Amino acid sequence: MKVMVCLKQVPHQDARLDVAADGSWIQEDNIKFEINSYDTYALEEALRAKDAGEAEVVVVSIGPDRVTQALRTALGMGADRAVHVKDPEADASDSLGKAKILAAIAKQEEPDVIYCGLMADDGNFSAIPPMLAELAGMPSATGVISSEASDTSITVRRELEGGCREVVELPRPCLLAIQTGANQVRYASLKGIMQAKKKPVDVKTAADLGVGEQVGAGAAKVKINKIYIPPKSDQAELLEGSTDEIVTQLVGKIRELGVL
Amino acid sequence: MLSEYCFETDVHRELREQARRFAAAEIAPHAHQWDEEEEFPRELYQRFAEVGLLGLGYPEELGGGGGDLGHGYVAAEEIVLAGKSVGTCVGLGGHSIALPPIVKLGTEEQKRRFVVPAVAGEKISALAITEPGAGSDVAGISTRAVRGGQHYVVNGAKTFITSGCRADFVVTAVRTGGERHGGISLLVIERDTPGFSVSKKLHKTGWWASDTAELAFEDCRVPVANLIGEEHAGFRAIMINFVAERLMIAAQCVAIAELAYRESKSWARERQAFGKPLTGFQVIRHKLADMATRLAAGRALTGECLSRHLAGEDVMAVAAMAKNCATDMCSWVCDQAVQIHGGQGYMRETVVERLYRDARLYPIGGGTREIMNEIIAKAERY
Repeated sequence: MKVMVCLKQVPHQDARLDVAADGSWIQEDNIKFEINSYDTYALEEALRAKDAGEAEVVVVSIGPDRVTQALRTALGMGADRAVHVKDPEADASDSLGKAKILAAIAKQEEPDVIYCGLMADDGNFSAIPPMLAELAGMPSATGVISSEASDTSITVRRELEGGCREVVELPRPCLLAIQTGANQVRYASLKGIMQAKKKPVDVKTAADLGVGEQVGAGAAKVKINKIYIPPKSDQAELLEGSTDEIVTQLVGKIRELGVL
Repeated sequence: MLSEYCFETDVHRELREQARRFAAAEIAPHAHQWDEEEEFPRELYQRFAEVGLLGLGYPEELGGGGGDLGHGYVAAEEIVLAGKSVGTCVGLGGHSIALPPIVKLGTEEQKRRFVVPAVAGEKISALAITEPGAGSDVAGISTRAVRGGQHYVVNGAKTFITSGCRADFVVTAVRTGGERHGGISLLVIERDTPGFSVSKKLHKTGWWASDTAELAFEDCRVPVANLIGEEHAGFRAIMINFVAERLMIAAQCVAIAELAYRESKSWARERQAFGKPLTGFQVIRHKLADMATRLAAGRALTGECLSRHLAGEDVMAVAAMAKNCATDMCSWVCDQAVQIHGGQGYMRETVVERLYRDARLYPIGGGTREIMNEIIAKAERY
């Protein structure tokens, strides 16, 4: 069995984020990056599939040089090899363009299962997993909190609203978008980190994958106009008094707004 | 800002990330509670071993994770920075002073019995040298071990023993021979040995999450098989680890100061006074800049000394300088951190309040700053 894991490198959760001068994205200079938290759970789910039997785990990421660190982390945790799409045009793509790149890799690798994180900590689009599944011609399940593979299919539990769970069976090959908290993500040992230095990282461009014409800023249908931090408002009104008095005042305010 | 040591490679950076993730997830949420309870769960030792952090620096044949002191130090720094519990960090790291004499001088059987289970997190180890009547004067210890057949009979007391309350075995300095340096040996005394007891759990200024004990030995019969190295050669065995221990203390101080600085910077950006954040006041900006400068200097000397030690140089005197430099810097930075936090800095749930208390140990433990100065004075031949 072969499994493919899509990883995105995002700004570190402790990084101080400033908007870039042209408002196009955040200022990326001199900040630390890490693997998108959702993707770490996807990686762990893939590594568990490897632990449970014979499986090769291929990790894939799109991004500049710094992405090598994320791939090395994944290799240190137990992935077998990596594909790094290092191409400024690929970086400038919208979600559909990136999904096309990943689909091209999936076509070459022919994985039995593709694991993705449900969304990215930075962009919050949740777009690539279903797009990739569609382009790769695979059934998919999102919001996955556990998975169990048999010879021909994979049974997953999905998280629904209101604490409900749904059990879904998908034929393989398929794509699973994993929810955070689905498992306990392992740590890379020093030995694993050392071994990762010797594992192969295949560097490619969009053109290498045959999708050079279909991706990049020119092909993007979704464009970010600007990133901004909403201005702080001083219109907040603090309600004072006992709990009962505050509740009465609050209900009155809501009535004033015509909501009640 | 200098946020790494000069000897670090990609491997150290990746190891830092793993240690950071572990500490943020599995220590930080409990840091305040464990300090208040003066103990962290025993199971954490095994978890620390499972994730490959406890065994850093130990050979793989003993169940260790390989690597050298540099790997252990950067991991410890991240445990302090992300875990925010110095007591837990030093408790988990207590093996780093107890096990080296066994690793370097012990028999294969002793390594199998003591080092392997300790590196696996199954047994807790402690080092016992200080006595109620002998602190810096190591050669003046009076706990006596008298050999009779295949046992030593040990009588005496030890105090200020890190992890002593829960230790499964204690690497203990005892007097087997005459006065001063030449009459000292190292014995491993196991917890269930008749005559061994924890006479008191000690309450300290800081390091609350790490237990500290006073131990008593009353006609405690210890097998000769538990003698580490040669009889009467214990003083040298103790000294083997002094440089590594002092450098680890310096590295911990750099980490504690870094955490106090980060907490202060974050507080000063958020806290409003007179209509602007504290960073809007020159006095606070300069205070932070001074903290950053002294921190960078402490890190630079510690890193320089550590790099030379890793390269095989004799750094006994420079390690003493690094310890004094880092401990003084840490105490000063933590004091400034409390000042920047104002009244909040004096409150128990505030991280810098804890760090301020934790920092006070370092000019005392692992050789006082006065003993360090004597080492420097001797090397400089005044």
